[in-house]
Amino acid sequence: MNENILFEAIERYRKGEMGQEEMALFEEMRRTNPEIDQVAAENSFLLSELDRISEVKKFKQLLNQVENKLENEGVIKERNKKTGAKILYLWNRYRRTISVAAAIAVLVSISTASFFSAVSENKKVANLTPLVNNKLNQFERKLNQMEHKLNDAAVEPAKPQFEANFMATGFLLDGKGYIITNAHVVNNAKNLIVENRKGIQYSAKSIYNNPLNDLAILEITDTSFKKINGLPYTFPKNTFDLAEPIYTLGYPREEIVYGQGYLSAQSGYSGDTSSYQISISANPGNSGGPVITRNGEIIGIISSKETKADGVVFAVKSESIYSAIKAVKEDLDITIKLPSTNTLKGLDRVQQIKKIDDYIFKVKGN
Amino acid sequence: MKLYDEENALIKGLATHDANAIEKIYRDNYSSIQTFIVKNNGYPDDARDIFQEAMIILFEKSKSESFELTCQIKTYLYSVCRRLWLKKLQREERYNPSMELVLETVAVDDEIELHEKKSSDLGIMEVALSKIGEPCKSLLEAFYIQKKSMPEIAALFAYTNADNAKNQKYKCLMRLKKIFFTQYKNTNGNE
Repeated sequence: MNENILFEAIERYRKGEMGQEEMALFEEMRRTNPEIDQVAAENSFLLSELDRISEVKKFKQLLNQVENKLENEGVIKERNKKTGAKILYLWNRYRRTISVAAAIAVLVSISTASFFSAVSENKKVANLTPLVNNKLNQFERKLNQMEHKLNDAAVEPAKPQFEANFMATGFLLDGKGYIITNAHVVNNAKNLIVENRKGIQYSAKSIYNNPLNDLAILEITDTSFKKINGLPYTFPKNTFDLAEPIYTLGYPREEIVYGQGYLSAQSGYSGDTSSYQISISANPGNSGGPVITRNGEIIGIISSKETKADGVVFAVKSESIYSAIKAVKEDLDITIKLPSTNTLKGLDRVQQIKKIDDYIFKVKGN
Repeated sequence: MKLYDEENALIKGLATHDANAIEKIYRDNYSSIQTFIVKNNGYPDDARDIFQEAMIILFEKSKSESFELTCQIKTYLYSVCRRLWLKKLQREERYNPSMELVLETVAVDDEIELHEKKSSDLGIMEVALSKIGEPCKSLLEAFYIQKKSMPEIAALFAYTNADNAKNQKYKCLMRLKKIFFTQYKNTNGNE
């Protein structure tokens, strides 16, 4: 109750609503009574903070009004989310899409080869579906035969099948079982597994996830995973030149896929200097794949592509891997040692890929 | 100094929530700040956030009576935005010193530090407000933030009269005070 009066007094004092006499009395009271002075100071601070919130809020509204006006005039660029419509992440979100795409891939490759490149792009899948339905009867017998063959041939891994709803790519940084991929791939995933080219699956967990550089590091937690020695590639820190020929390996489908291209710009989307722009054919699933030079150096990690332009793909520069490793060391005291010897230099590409593809993993999760 | 007269008028405009003054400052300065940020690893959207923050710093400065413009608004805003942005890059480990533009700047480190402290305090207040529960939160916001009058508030919250609302308001204020200072001491350390 006492403090109510004090609050009220402070409020009137701050607003200049006190008469001269009252003000003098109030000031005298604060001077002579340290306890009251303390409470008054606290109350005064509280009220001034509330005032400030009000002022800043009002001012922000005004700023937004002005910004809107200038936006309409084109003086200020319209806000768009950094990772909005213009960027398409190269991974699959839904298992259903994967299986539909796979089914169509089988059908299409029987009927006409020219459709093949289109199969893993969702939009085109939708366009193709009616066509597939019409031809289903015609192909049914053939397909069944094929399925039988496939089933016979497939050697199922010992573990229960993992129900994934997305698939992308990752690769080993350290043979102890540390895999790098994109942050957007593993975001929100409850369970993660990685799967090598032979179809052997290992459970994994994310130990680093930074949406700013779009990198994530996974640790293989499965006890059946055996340490791998002598990763053949290295990670240079320097920025590479335009037109540098590059290639990638990734999993836009269940089987590993090779793609080649060149470095087309030293910065990525909207001038982002932590990325390269590369020209390469990339599809959903390629996210997290390595960008490799002819000398077997990994200079980047494929992350996204521009939807409106063909072959405009962005890759996070390898430089960022170093800061990610540093963060892991500082936060979790886990030491990740990048391979230091490159044993790919001088080999032709086919030989290089034979030495690399065991270390490129599918990253699956749900 | 003729030049500063116009600039001082703009600053006064900020202090009194004058949209025209804000607009003029945006028109004169925004694009060069955006260029700076985009050239330095940022997006246009980052430029908007940084510029808004710099405007708030300038606004809060403009409210203090002792404030005097010691350089052009342009130089001041550029210095503040540059510092804010480089700090942000550093925090995110994206700082790359080779990309620095070289333009005239003034020292703003202390001011930015002060601003950071102040916005952290505001953050504490917002958290405290969200914790006091209803109807206190709405009541205090109506009075102190939206600056509604006591009779208005009494009507809005169906209190029988303004005095009633006032009593309730002080009760809420006490509660806010307790939560605010507990949090405040936790954040700023016990002195």
